[in-house]
Order: sequence, then structure tokens, then C-alpha cells
Amino acid sequence: MDFTLKVWRQAGPKARGSFETYKASGVSADMSFLEVLDVVNEDLIEKGTEPIAFEHDCREGICGSCGVMINGQAHGPNERTATCQLHMRTFKDGDTITVEPWRAAAFPILRDLVVNRSALDRIIEAGGFISVNTGSAVEANMIPIPKVVSDAAMDAAECIGCGACVAACPNGAAQLFTSAKIQHLNLLPQGQSERWQRTEAMVDKMEEYFGGCTNHGECQFACPKGISIDFIAYMNRDYLKSKVTNRKLGGQGFAT
Amino acid sequence: MVEARPRSTVEAGVQPLRRRPEKQLPYPLSIYQSAVGKKWVMAVTGVVGMAFITMHMLGNLKIYLGAEELNAYADGLRTVGAPFAPHGFLLWGVRLVLLPTLLLHVHAAWWLWRQNRRARPVKYQSKRDYIAADWASRTMTWTGPIVLLFLAFHLLDLTWGTANPDFRHGDVYHNMLASFDRWPVVVAYVAANLALGVHLYHGAWSLFQSLGVNNARINTARRVFATLFAVAIVGGYVSTPIAILIGVIE
Ligand code: HEM
Ligand code: FES
Repeated sequence: MDFTLKVWRQAGPKARGSFETYKASGVSADMSFLEVLDVVNEDLIEKGTEPIAFEHDCREGICGSCGVMINGQAHGPNERTATCQLHMRTFKDGDTITVEPWRAAAFPILRDLVVNRSALDRIIEAGGFISVNTGSAVEANMIPIPKVVSDAAMDAAECIGCGACVAACPNGAAQLFTSAKIQHLNLLPQGQSERWQRTEAMVDKMEEYFGGCTNHGECQFACPKGISIDFIAYMNRDYLKSKVTNRKLGGQGFAT
Repeated sequence: MVEARPRSTVEAGVQPLRRRPEKQLPYPLSIYQSAVGKKWVMAVTGVVGMAFITMHMLGNLKIYLGAEELNAYADGLRTVGAPFAPHGFLLWGVRLVLLPTLLLHVHAAWWLWRQNRRARPVKYQSKRDYIAADWASRTMTWTGPIVLLFLAFHLLDLTWGTANPDFRHGDVYHNMLASFDRWPVVVAYVAANLALGVHLYHGAWSLFQSLGVNNARINTARRVFATLFAVAIVGGYVSTPIAILIGVIE
């Protein structure tokens, strides 16, 4: 298969970027999208030009580093697929494919297709953890958790933090990420003691960096893990409750 | 928890759009200081608006029963509770609720719109291909202001009478006929109502999410509810001016 790639090239955070056109010929239909970028880069290196910078690590959809906009969709056209899992058979021979980095105020471009997603880490630092002394590991079945509850928590825990929800959202909101990271803890017994402080702290931190949700629902289709916006509704409910509950804690919560 | 300091220049490169307000207002007000809280207020005020436009629409339909019925209904709105309550207490009570409701709704909408623009200062340079964000959800900030502009004209036309060609205080039936004899007014009325319909098609679906009362079981029902609600409201409202223009109501 042969493709024409239009790739965003930008030398650094402050530099002006633009689309450059590259040819990728003799591509196998079984190649992943990242492998096509590898092929193009081989070419560029041989010609002595800068290869395209793109982020990647696991190449099996679990690390969350490879996200780019492909033809105007986060991680490309397939549902529940990260860029590294996107096979070239998805496209037609001879297609022109446009590749652009995530765009959001909170995700400044570092170089070409690589953005700085550390704002997501700020949200996790605000409360995406459980601070109990665990001691030696407890026997797993000591804490009974209904199957539906653990399933829901695991659905939320699938989030790989790739930032596709922010990238796809017309508002640049991080609600899907934040709600998943809150709810996978809030749903489980272990998460209860810090539930209300966690919710308020993480939502407030999110709002410092990102836009606000207006329920476009775009994020759940962009998400390579198919996380549902139902978690956003759940987060909204917990946030409202946290405003009442944290008041009653009388300053004994996290120091913010 | 202690605020983590940036550990590298890479981290320092990300600046917050705004800081969490240092001074948190006392409890119920503190809700409105956050974007999630603003969206909740928007949903609550949206529901109040939906309740009002439903009642108003049902009231309008009385025009089909004739001048007496409609005017008696309009008069009734002023004299409800007589002789115990003062004249117009219901009307003024409703106005007293609706005005702050509208102001809050519009303020929250404006604030979110501004925040969301700042959250993506550099737009995508290639064409976006939306999957779920539909026309209605992406035009909320257009359909809303259109409704607001229409509302101003509507009040001038049929409440204060300044924009009405032949306004008679208390004769609602006559005033409507006088106004809707002008076809540009009918066109504007229909257009504004379509905008309201599109606004509600998204809003009546979206509010469950903002209020946090949504769950997986009612997802389909929400879409059906919003569609039916929007269609009923638009249908109910636009029928009257059209009926007047084509002479079904004389
Ligand atoms: C008059 C000017 C108005 C403006 C500027 C306005 C603006 C908006 C905006 C921008 C949204 C947010 C859309 C989103 O978050 O996706 C919204 C939501 C909504 N609006 Fe309005 N609107 C107006 C009037 C109305 C009226 C008259 C009603 C009631 C009939 C109404 C009902 C709603 C509802 C139910 C929502 C959904 C709330 C939510 O999801 O949280 N709006 N409005
Ligand atoms: S490279 Fe790890 S998710 Fe794609």
C-alpha cells in the first residue's frame, strides 16, 4: 500500500509549525500506524533530515503515550484503538492521511507530534491515590466487593491517561480522564475514607488546567479504552456531595 | 497534601489557565465557584426554564378556544388567589424567580464559553471529524443568545407593547393577532423557536449528566425525552403565529 502523510512538524514549543508532506510506499496492510511513521523516519534519516518526533512505548495500547490526531480523530477512526494498534488496513490504498498533535492549552507541543501531558499528573497528585498503611498484603477475599461494583471500577481503571479525551473534546476538557481516575477509587471500599476530599481536590485541580464539560460526548468515542461518560455524571454527583461533606470535616481533610 | 513543585523545565512549561479561588465562599455559594458547579446551576436553571416554557406554551394554546377563553386565562394569571393575595402576585412571583434564573443561566454559559476558548488557544490546523458532538451540542452558544434576543423582542411586543402595532392592555387575543399579521414577525418567531428547539434537544438530554442523576439505564430514555420535549415545545409555539398568518384564527 502507498500513502501520502501530512504530518505536523514543529521544531520546539515556541517554534512555528506547519504540515509537511511525506510519501510512504510499499506499506504492508498489517503494519501499525506507528510502524509507518518508522518507515518514513528511516527515509528521513537516510536523507539526513530530522526524523518525525512522536511518542511511543508499549506499542500494545497500554502505556497511553502514542496519541495523535489522525484525520481529525483522536487515535484515528477506529473505536477502542490506540494509535499503535491502528492497522493500515483501516485505510484505503493511496489515501492521504493527516497527522496532528493533541491541541490544548494544558498540552503544549514539545516537538512535532509530542505534547507535554504532565497536567494530567497534577490531577493525579491532587488525590488519585489511597493513603492507607497497607502492612502485609491482606488475603484478597477479605474485602467482599459485589461483582458489578468491581466490574465498574475496572472499567474506569482501564484509563491509560493518553489524553485523547482532552484532544477530542471541543472544549479541551479533561472530564473523562478525571472521572475515570476518581471513580475507579471511589467505587471500591478501599477508596471510601478519602472519597470526598479526593473528588473535590481532583476536580478543582482539573479545572485549573482544562476547559469544562458541556456534554458533547465526543470523548467516550475517542477513548481507546471506551470509557463511558456515565463516569462523568457519577463524578458530578460526587463533587456536589463533596461540597457538603467536606464542609463537615471541619478542615481535617487534605491540606490544599 | 503539599503542592508538588515542578521537577523539570518540561513540567514548568505547563501553566494553569486559572487558579482555584483562594477564597472559597460559604457552602452553597462555593458550588458556583467551580465549572462543574456552574454546569449544575445551568442544568437547574435550565429545568426551571423548561417548566416555564411548558406552562407558557400550554397557556398559548388557549387561543384556539377563542378570545374570551384566552383573555380570561390572562386575567386569571393576575387575579389568582384573590381576594386574599394581592393583584398580580403569581405573575410577579414567577417573574421574580425567572429573572435571576435567566441571569444565572446566561452568566454560567458565558463563563464556560470563555474558559473553554482559553483551554484551546490554538485550534486544530486540520479538519476535525466529530463522531458524537452533534450540531445541537456545538451550537448551544449560538442558539442560546438567539433565544435571548428573541426574548427581548417578545417582551417589547406582547408584554410592554412598545413593538406592537396596536397594543391594547389586557386584550391578549387582539395583541397576538395584531403582531402576527406581520409576516417578518412570524418568520422571526418561527426561527427563534427552532433555535430554542435545537437548544433543548441538547439541553434536555445533557442536564441529566450535569446534575449527576444520569445512569446507564436511562441513557436511551434521555434521548427520547429530549427529542419529544423539543418537538412538542416547538410545535406548540409555532402553530399559533402560523395559524394567525394563514387566517385559521381571525
Ligand atoms: C437566553 C439565553 C440562553 C443562553 C445564552 C443559553 C445558553 C446555554 C448554554 C451555552 C448551554 C450549555 C450548553 C452545553 O453546556 O452544552 C445551555 C444549556 C442549557 N440550556 Fe440554555 N441558554 C439560554 C436560554 C435557555 C432557555 C430559555 C432555556 C429553557 C427553556 C434553556 C435551557 C437549557 C438547558 C436545559 C440546558 C442544559 C443544561 C445542562 O446540560 O447542564 N436555555 N444554555
Ligand atoms: S504506544 Fe503504548 S499505548 Fe500506544
